[in-house]
Amino acid sequence: MTQVVHHRITSRSRAPGGDFGGIIGETDRISTGIPAAQREPDYVAIRESPEFVALRRSFRWCVFPLAALFFLWYLTYVLLAAFAHGLMSHRLVGSVTVGLVLGLLQFASTIAITACYVLYARRRLDPQAEAIRDGVEAGR
Amino acid sequence: MNEGAGSTGSPVLNMLVFAGFVAITLYVVYRVSHHNKSTSDYYAAGSAFSGAQNGIAITGDYLSAASFLGIAGAIAVHGYDGFLYSIGFLVAWLVALLLVAELVRNTGRFTMGDVLAYRMRQRPVRAAAATSTLVISFFYMLAQMAGAGGLVALLLDVPGRGGQALVICVVGLVMICYVLVGGMKGTTWVQIIKATMLVLCVVLMTVFLLGKFGFSMSALLEEAAANNSQGERVLEPGTQYGTTTSQLNFISLSLALVLGAAGLPHVLMRFYTVPDARQARRSVVWAVCTMAVFYLATLVIGYGASALVGSERILGSTGRENSAAPLLAFEIGGTVLLGIVSAVAFATILAVVAGLTLTASASFAHDVYATIFRRGDVEPEAEVRVARLTAVVVGVLAIIGGILANGQNVAFLVALAFAFAASANLSTLLYSLFWPRFNTVGTLWAMYGGLGSCLLLVLVSPVVSGAPTSLFPGLDFQLFPLTNPGLVSIPVSFLAGYLGTVLSGEPADPVKQAEMEVRSLTGLGR
Repeated sequence: MTQVVHHRITSRSRAPGGDFGGIIGETDRISTGIPAAQREPDYVAIRESPEFVALRRSFRWCVFPLAALFFLWYLTYVLLAAFAHGLMSHRLVGSVTVGLVLGLLQFASTIAITACYVLYARRRLDPQAEAIRDGVEAGR
Repeated sequence: MNEGAGSTGSPVLNMLVFAGFVAITLYVVYRVSHHNKSTSDYYAAGSAFSGAQNGIAITGDYLSAASFLGIAGAIAVHGYDGFLYSIGFLVAWLVALLLVAELVRNTGRFTMGDVLAYRMRQRPVRAAAATSTLVISFFYMLAQMAGAGGLVALLLDVPGRGGQALVICVVGLVMICYVLVGGMKGTTWVQIIKATMLVLCVVLMTVFLLGKFGFSMSALLEEAAANNSQGERVLEPGTQYGTTTSQLNFISLSLALVLGAAGLPHVLMRFYTVPDARQARRSVVWAVCTMAVFYLATLVIGYGASALVGSERILGSTGRENSAAPLLAFEIGGTVLLGIVSAVAFATILAVVAGLTLTASASFAHDVYATIFRRGDVEPEAEVRVARLTAVVVGVLAIIGGILANGQNVAFLVALAFAFAASANLSTLLYSLFWPRFNTVGTLWAMYGGLGSCLLLVLVSPVVSGAPTSLFPGLDFQLFPLTNPGLVSIPVSFLAGYLGTVLSGEPADPVKQAEMEVRSLTGLGR
């Protein structure tokens, strides 16, 4: 963890009513005598820190392509179902049609993408997020 | 039903199984809700549920009677076209998993307004978020309650409108009880019990059906085609979507389904019942798995109903398509299984409406009362009191709406609620989570632009006038050919959000933006 994350700026005060929209709730109001503003981490500095930039890159690198992939694949399926009746009605085995198989493949791909993301998040994203949280809490 | 009162099974038995469900759930709700004083208890069950529990509760919230009876019926009668719905409903969860669930959990506390207003001007954005939440919840709820009337006629053999109104009242009052006594904790347990019953029920029916056909899907499909008036065409797409307009309609509906689920306020609110982003992720994983099983089962049940009951008998019965699953249950399991399936269908309506009422009351109390009226200066007890009061008002409105809409063709309202959610909520959520420049004006334009274009397009669509199936078949002011506005309103909303942001020139709050971005990904400050 670099200096930046440990460092905190106490001069910045919270926007009025700000904590109402966020998560800081009862726990801050029942404070230990330290004003909430002083215990608040410096989010601007954290965002610029290399750790956070790396986390954001890992997150987007995984999530955006996966989202685009499933959306295009679903759209292809929908367009085939709407316009390519001939292809979709082609019998593969017995009464099982291409349409049915493609539909079941949508189920399979949904499960597969879920599994991919969960594995990736557990291996790559969670440890990075945890390191940043620990760094900030240690700096308090 | 076509064989007279006899084939409804035994209304008394149906009623007894349902009463049993109500008694058990009320007891559970009472037991788990000893202290519901703080806002966090009432809105988010103290964020103490596990990912698995919440995932099953999400399944319960999401699978309405329309998914169970409606999709099974659509597959039984229209074949493959009915299956297309289930795919949209399921794939939609990837949007929630990848882009929404964890980030929403990290940046909000109780309502969708928490996330949208995080870095914007509080009052106008919360007003917009509450408007959208209330409109979506009300439309969704109306569809459920109107469906309850039809279900009463079908399953409890109550033909008179007076008798049906009475049953709708009872359903509404039990639902209000759940929400008032149980808050989020009680309602979540109702969802868990209901989802477990529903999934078990459809899985058992599926295994039985497959067994009957020697575990050969092909044999089942052949029999289904043989007993359907459409013949082999039930195995292909296009029985419903033949013309160009209907093809566009189908694409529009598919878009709304896949982009709408992650913007439904009652689904978003469920992510606050778990302690952190990791559990929110696990919730979606559980939900995806249980729902995949459920939708696969409805495929078999739908074709099974076509094979064993036949499409003509289904369409000839009181509940038309909706009666496919109950008729099949009677066919394979007699009065006992029919009683169970009926009770599960009722429990489904009850639980979904309870979830919606809780969401609407939370949005009104938290976003409108506490932030807009009282500017955040309110005791938690007072806020919960307002939320409970709102729940009663919303519940009574749902009962009145359900009685008035009874017998009307309002099934389109569910699809419409998805279109609203996709056009007003998803666009603003994604922009505020991923686009740093997005500002208050952009949020308002996107929300009101999406909601407004949706409402306007529906008003001039065949849903309202100009077709034999319209609400007002006698009038004709139809200008827009599609029954689902998603194809137009979703792009409108994204475009409005972009234009509003760029044209207003109002800079986004950089400090708040940094705070939101860091928190959304790391879970800091929780």
